[in-house]
Amino acid sequence: MTAVPATAIAAEETDAPRRPVPPRPVTGRGPGRRSRLRYALVVLAFLLPSAIPMLLFVLGPMVAAAGISFTDWNLLAPAKWIGLDNYASLLTDPRTGDVFLHTLYYIVGYLPLVYVGGLALALALNSALKGRTLLRGVYFLPVVTSWIVVALVWRWLLNPSNGVVNTVLGFFGIAGPGWWTDPNWAMPSIILASAWKDLGFVMVILLAGLQTINPDMYDAAKVDGAGWWRRLFSVTLPLLSPSTFFVLIISLINGFQVFDQVYAMTGGGPAGASQVVVQQIYDLTFRYGRAGEASALSWMLFIVILAVTVVQIRGQRRWVNYG
Amino acid sequence: MKRHLLVVAGLTASATVLALGGCSSSGTGGDDAVTITYSNFISNDGNEENLQTIVDGFEKANPGITVDVKTLPYADYGTALQTDLAAGTAADVFDIEYANYAQYQANGVLAPLTVADPAAYRPTLLEAYQTDGTQYALPSSFSDVVLYYNKDLFDAAGLSYPTSDWTWADEKAAAEKLTDQAAGIWGDHQPVSFYEYYKTLAQNGGSFLDDSGTKTAFNTPEGIEAAKWLTEKSGTVMPTIEQGQGTPDFDTKLFTDGKLAMLHTGIWVFSSMADVPFGWDIAVEPGNTDKASAVFSNAVAVSASSKHQDAAAKWAEYLTSSDVMVQTRLDAGWELPPISDEAQLDTYLGKGDPANRQAVFDSLDGIALPPVVATGQQEMQDIMTEELVEAQSGRKSVEDALSSAQERIDAVIGG
Repeated sequence: MTAVPATAIAAEETDAPRRPVPPRPVTGRGPGRRSRLRYALVVLAFLLPSAIPMLLFVLGPMVAAAGISFTDWNLLAPAKWIGLDNYASLLTDPRTGDVFLHTLYYIVGYLPLVYVGGLALALALNSALKGRTLLRGVYFLPVVTSWIVVALVWRWLLNPSNGVVNTVLGFFGIAGPGWWTDPNWAMPSIILASAWKDLGFVMVILLAGLQTINPDMYDAAKVDGAGWWRRLFSVTLPLLSPSTFFVLIISLINGFQVFDQVYAMTGGGPAGASQVVVQQIYDLTFRYGRAGEASALSWMLFIVILAVTVVQIRGQRRWVNYG
Repeated sequence: MKRHLLVVAGLTASATVLALGGCSSSGTGGDDAVTITYSNFISNDGNEENLQTIVDGFEKANPGITVDVKTLPYADYGTALQTDLAAGTAADVFDIEYANYAQYQANGVLAPLTVADPAAYRPTLLEAYQTDGTQYALPSSFSDVVLYYNKDLFDAAGLSYPTSDWTWADEKAAAEKLTDQAAGIWGDHQPVSFYEYYKTLAQNGGSFLDDSGTKTAFNTPEGIEAAKWLTEKSGTVMPTIEQGQGTPDFDTKLFTDGKLAMLHTGIWVFSSMADVPFGWDIAVEPGNTDKASAVFSNAVAVSASSKHQDAAAKWAEYLTSSDVMVQTRLDAGWELPPISDEAQLDTYLGKGDPANRQAVFDSLDGIALPPVVATGQQEMQDIMTEELVEAQSGRKSVEDALSSAQERIDAVIGG
């Protein structure tokens, strides 16, 4: 969740206007044109501090990766142009399908868990609960903690033989699973740790959304005889849909790019059971010196993310309610 | 508004300057004073001070040359070196392993070396780092893997100590008698990995690669028996993965805690055993049909893009052949110096525990060198370890794991 721009959160929290306010429409020449130019310059000046690093460290490497993806490059010897061979070999390699499937497995397990958990927390902390400010801070703490630290703690919690989780399960007579040492449990372990870590982020976004809902709505619903669940499904969720949409977009993009926790918890193992796309890109480049293939895989991932995001944005009209 | 615009413009301009400023390199002064960088893993985890002793000796003997040492854990070293080489930020002198030498040499990142005193080196070790008659790296040490054993546990079980005549059958019988899972005592530990496998394969008369060097040759009855020898220890005489087996330093810790009777590991952990409260010694590793001990050799190379090739080469040779290095290594029991002078090595025999240091040299009578391929070395090693662990965990039969490993490795190294 490190890739979320702080401005996105701030905007949601303060409920600032969502669309930029356009300059007053100007007609004619002279002062109107000049003020429009000035407006453009102001916008440009404000954008530059983030646009320059973006160009240098995001767009530049992306273009370079596109070039590298058409070459055979082992990082040491000069790159050789091989056209589309990298894409062809990736498309015929069964491992490519595996890593995309594992990534999908992660998203399908992680998304509902983190959304429902975050919503429950947001609902609880939106009520007049004592010490809720402290609790909000506590739940947000994992979000700003380094993944390496979190992953090491979770590895220890989920240690099959002497971890806290299996020890507690043992008190109830349950033999805990092998967690990250077992191929069937490695991905669930990662999903569990990820949902725990990102819960606070989802909570903050949804909390901000909840606070924009007019309390009169609830009063009206109550008068109409709607119970708690009815109010949740007919008032809260529809009016929360813009925040839900934001959470979905960000979580899906981050979900496709899942890496830190995999690298630190399982390294993609055991036996490749938790090998996800970005871990594969990392291994191909830095372990096996196949930078061309890795760049091609990066671009395949980019196209998948782009397609999914476009579909999401197109589909939002059907269910997102901007009130 | 105007004022605000100026502030913004000013901020933007300074940000640009900062961003551009980051690109320019700061010049380093000094006309004859040279600082060379040395990136290593050999001193990590216990020998940092010993390396510093050698650095101090070199700087004293070569005024004007300063060595800036960077030490990385072995597990991260390969990735870091590869990244540094790609980025053009590699150290002037860096460690490599025998298994990776061929790949680096072929890619032209190693500078050719002129050795001032080639006679100082053990010829076989020196030749291992020559390509077409040119020296591209210098051996910095060699070491082998032996069988460590806890004398107290053997005494308590009434068993006689391992000898160089032992075979797998002897080891297995002893391990079974020594294991007492209820008391948390394990009889044996041998990693389930590529490194153990090519060696046990040799101990069983097999070979990892065929003569062409581009195809595997381990999927044979001997290969299957060798794999079973490793994987079937798990859960019987050796802890399972769920119990922590395979995590870093698990095996040495189990041994120094007095809970492990036999341990297969390298002579580089002698210093970790210095203060254990029980008697211990080493023996040549048991074989099956053949005797074969793993011999590892590390080396240092000078980066082809180094700006201080002469100073770097001087340091490389000092680090690998000077008397200070020999004395430091022998005193510390820190792997063996790659020197030809047997008389100097003899002093190593009387340096204290383990008593049977002769086993370190006896192991050289039958050796197994790591299989080396031109491309896909790391991938080959990873696949082999992964498939063996599949068999160890019981998720695949040994036969299936080896077939799968054969198919996957052949695809990678076939060129």
